[in-house]
Parts: sequence; C-alpha cells; structure tokens
Amino acid sequence: MHMADALLSPAVGGAMYAASAAAAAYSVKKVKEDFNARKVPVMGVMGAFVFAAQMLNFTIPGTGSSGHFCGGMLLAALLGPYAAFLTMIAILLIQCLLFADGGILALGCNIWNMAFYACFFGYFCIYKPFMKNGMSKGKLVAACIIGSILSLQLGAFSVVLETTASGITELPFGVFAAAMQPIHLAIGTVEGLITAAVLVFIYQTRPELLNAEASENKFSLKKLLIILGVVVIIIGGALSLVASSNPDGLEWSIGNVTGADELESDGGVHDALANVQDKTAVLPDYSFGNDNAAGTSFSGIVGSGLVAGLCVLLSVIFGVYKKKKKAKTE
Amino acid sequence: MGKISDAIYEVHYMDTIASKDSPVHRVHPLAKLIVTVAYIWFTVSFSKFNVTGLITMVVYPVALFSVSGVSFGHSIKKLRIILPLVILMGIFNPIFDREPRFMLYGLTVTDGMVSGLTLIIKGMLTVLGAYLLISTTRIESICYALNILHVPEILVTQILLTYRYITVLLSEANHIFEAYSLRAPFQKGIAHKVWGSLIGQLIFRSIDRATALYDSMVLRGYNGNFRHSQLPGARLKDFSYVFIWGAVFSVLRFTSLTTLIGSLFV
Repeated sequence: MHMADALLSPAVGGAMYAASAAAAAYSVKKVKEDFNARKVPVMGVMGAFVFAAQMLNFTIPGTGSSGHFCGGMLLAALLGPYAAFLTMIAILLIQCLLFADGGILALGCNIWNMAFYACFFGYFCIYKPFMKNGMSKGKLVAACIIGSILSLQLGAFSVVLETTASGITELPFGVFAAAMQPIHLAIGTVEGLITAAVLVFIYQTRPELLNAEASENKFSLKKLLIILGVVVIIIGGALSLVASSNPDGLEWSIGNVTGADELESDGGVHDALANVQDKTAVLPDYSFGNDNAAGTSFSGIVGSGLVAGLCVLLSVIFGVYKKKKKAKTE
Repeated sequence: MGKISDAIYEVHYMDTIASKDSPVHRVHPLAKLIVTVAYIWFTVSFSKFNVTGLITMVVYPVALFSVSGVSFGHSIKKLRIILPLVILMGIFNPIFDREPRFMLYGLTVTDGMVSGLTLIIKGMLTVLGAYLLISTTRIESICYALNILHVPEILVTQILLTYRYITVLLSEANHIFEAYSLRAPFQKGIAHKVWGSLIGQLIFRSIDRATALYDSMVLRGYNGNFRHSQLPGARLKDFSYVFIWGAVFSVLRFTSLTTLIGSLFV
C-alpha cells in the first residue's frame, strides 16, 4: 500500500503531510506527558522488530500463497497508540529512504494510510472497546481481525481518494476502488490473523507486556468521537469531491422506466412536503448554490457526520435499553 | 532466507556508499534535504501532458550521479520496487483517455498515452531523487538535518534507534527462520500453527534487547535526552548549492527550455 511520489499532486501530498504532522505533534505531546525513559529504546527496537517481521512470509492456509504483516495494530497493543504511531513514522521514513518503498512527498499519505488508521482508528474504535472489561483470548482475536480489516479498508480507500484527487490516473474512481478494496480485505484478514496469533501468544506467556491501559475500565467516548470525526472529515470531505455525478441506483432505475431522474408529483401532500423541504434543506442538491466543489465537500462532511452521529445515538439508546433490561431481570 | 539477507546487505551497502567522499557527500545534509524535496516537488508539479518539460528535470540526477560517483546500476534496483505500481497505474491512461493529441508518423498519439508516459517518467525521477539523497548522506546526518528543522527529538531518536537495530533484528529473524526451515524443509512460508509463537519469540528477544540497550544507555549517562553528533554549520557553498539548484529547477519548470532549444534548430 506504499504510495509513490509520482501518484500524487503537490497539493494532495502537502495536505496529507499537514494531517499526518498534526497527528504526530499530538502523539509527541501525549508521549511526553507520561514520559518514561525506558520506553524510548523499546520503541526504537520494536520499530526494528516490525521491520524484521515484515520480511517473514506466512503461509495462508488453503490458498498456497503467503502474506506478511504491517504491524500497526500490534505496536498499538504493545506500546499504546501514540508511541506506536511515532514508531510507525520512523519505520515508514526508513522504508522510504533506504528501500525506495514509498516516496518522500508521499510520506504524509503513507503515514496516514498505514499508521494513522491502524494506531488510532484500530486502537480507539475497535481494540480498546473490545478490551474494556478485561482481556480474553476470544476478545483479542476478534479485536485484531476486525481492527486490521477496517484499518486496511480505510487505508486502501484513502489511497484511491488521494490518487484520484491528484488527477494523475485516468482510472475511474469506482473501478480503482473496486480493485483496491477486495484485495485489501484479504490482506487485512491475514494481517488480523497474524496479529491475533502473536497477541494471544503474548497474552498466554507474558501478559504484562500488553499495554495495560487498553483493559482499564474507562471508555472515552470523547476520544472515539474525535477519531471518528477526523476519519469522517478526511473520507467524507475528500470523497464527495470525486463522487460520481451519474444518477444513483434508484434514479437510474426511475430514469430507465420513465425517462426522467425523478417522478413527477401529482400535487397535494407531495407538493406541500417538497415545499417544506426546499425551505429547510441546508444544502439543496449537496451544494451552496454558487460554489459546487465547496458545497459538495461540505455536504460530504455534514452528511457523514450526521450518519456517524446517528450511529452513536442509536448505540447509546441501545445501551440504555440493554441496561434497563438487565436491571429488570435482576 | 534470501529476502532477509538482501535487506541486511542493502542496509550495509547504503551505509557504505553514503560514507564515501565526494563534493556532493560533503554538502551540508540540510541543504541536500531541501534540494531533494524541492526537486521532487517541482517534478510532480509538471502537468500530465508536459513530457518535454519533464524530461529536462533529468539534469539533476545526471549531474549528481556523475559528480558523486554513485553507481547508477544500483539505483535501477530501487526502481524495480516502485515502478511496477506506477506502470500499473499509468497503463490504464491510454485505455480510458483516448482523446487524440497529435500525430506522429501516421500514428495517433492520445492524451492517455502522453499522461501514462509522464506518470512513468515522474516515478523514475522521484525515486532517483530520493536515492541520491540517501546514497550521499548518512542517516545520522539526515537526522541531524531533521533536528535543525525542529522535528521533535523523540521522533528523531526513534528513526536513529530503529535504523541502528534493523540489521540486528533482521539477523535474529534470519536465525529464527533458518532454524524453522531446517525443521520444515519443504514448506513455503511459516505454517499458521506457529505464527504466534515464532513472532512472539522475536518480540521477546527484541524486548530483552531493548532492556539491555536501556541499561547500557543509562550506564553511559542517558537521562532521557539523546545526544546527536554535531556537524559543522552551513557554509557559503551549502547556501550556493540550494540557491543554484533552486534556480535551475525554477527555470526548467517555468520556461519551455526544450521548445526554446528546438526553435534554434528548426
């Protein structure tokens, strides 16, 4: 998933550098806050460990092929997300300089795609909630597999977005995404299985090495929302700029039947409701009117934010309902 | 395992060539870092149809290869890693963009062909630019440059420590894998039953090594602050290096030099 400089425009490369630098600055601040001098050499050596482990080939059962792992989730589980993120930056920089694996301009993108999602999204949104009430073998396996798959899917999707936004390739967005996502689903599953196997082994032999903070019974909804918010802004904001202007599935079907994108109204209640919608819609047809690009982008962010908000709301309602049910049965 | 031995060789080789002496090797690391970033930036900023302009950017690698004495042959190996991906992306351009651009000896050259070619040239030039930086500058010197740029101390230390321990842990991984291969001679890769224990053993060895490293650092006066080697400050020739290359890149980027030269003959 390492991106080359040639696949990026300076604007996209610069923007992703800024995003990764902000995440790095925050991580440095957090690592400094609970500074432990002993952790510095551990981070350095663990970086070299990931480098070495990436060179090993793992046989994928039943396929005859082999795969290797990236290590972001594993580092986050061992060192904590902030130290893991900084360690991943060091690994990616060395890979870029020494092995020409990824470009110097593309370093910001590579940090974001491979380190940010694994260390922050994978850790805060998947690993930590799973470990909330204590670790177990099953929880470790589930967290690693789900976390790795989702992190790699987000990373692969970001590669598609960044390349398409750079305007370098003529490959249509949909075709590119359709090629990238399934292959990274397979890679993510293998990555998750290897990470799970390693973490279960550590859990059974030297559990004190696992980052204890993850299993503390404090779940920060604020942190979860911040991470989700950042992902929403990057994916929603950028994605909507390259979204297809072709009709969606329903519009396409209606178009084929009636010859128009939308059905004609027959007055009455429909017209009255449409009138209300026109007056209340913040961004009619996903735009500000004059500035289509800004409007589409803003619509993407607002829409994704609302969907994320709705998901959080539903999970809170579900949690309250579950608690009440539990109290009733007790 | 060939892959691991290759990686160990590669690290040692790059260390060796970066330690050589040449006018380029002697330039201040910060100056080389700035020029490399500028070179990559200018190169990728060319429009996807400006092949002739982009080709002029070859001046930088040609000049640096000849002055530094770095082997061009070895850099081809680096291109092997990144080029397949770039070619894969570029190969679709002629398929999806068939707008005719110009005729060449009766053959219609489309926009997609031109943009695909531009993508491949950009890929090659940017890799060569980065390769020339690392093959003429030691990683410690690059870290020193990052220090001057106020990159946080802890991040610079991570880069240095990770780099220093790569060969050590690659050797460890090699030993583990060789031992495994001797017991499972005809197996491709590592069987899933031992994924956890094999990598887990490597982690334990790494952490034990990190503990030993920490103890030895403490014995040598480590108190949380890592001391970097100091290099001489920037001299006039370092400023000139940045200024001259900056001017060259600007001229190549903002003037149509190839058209200008061509018009002299046509």
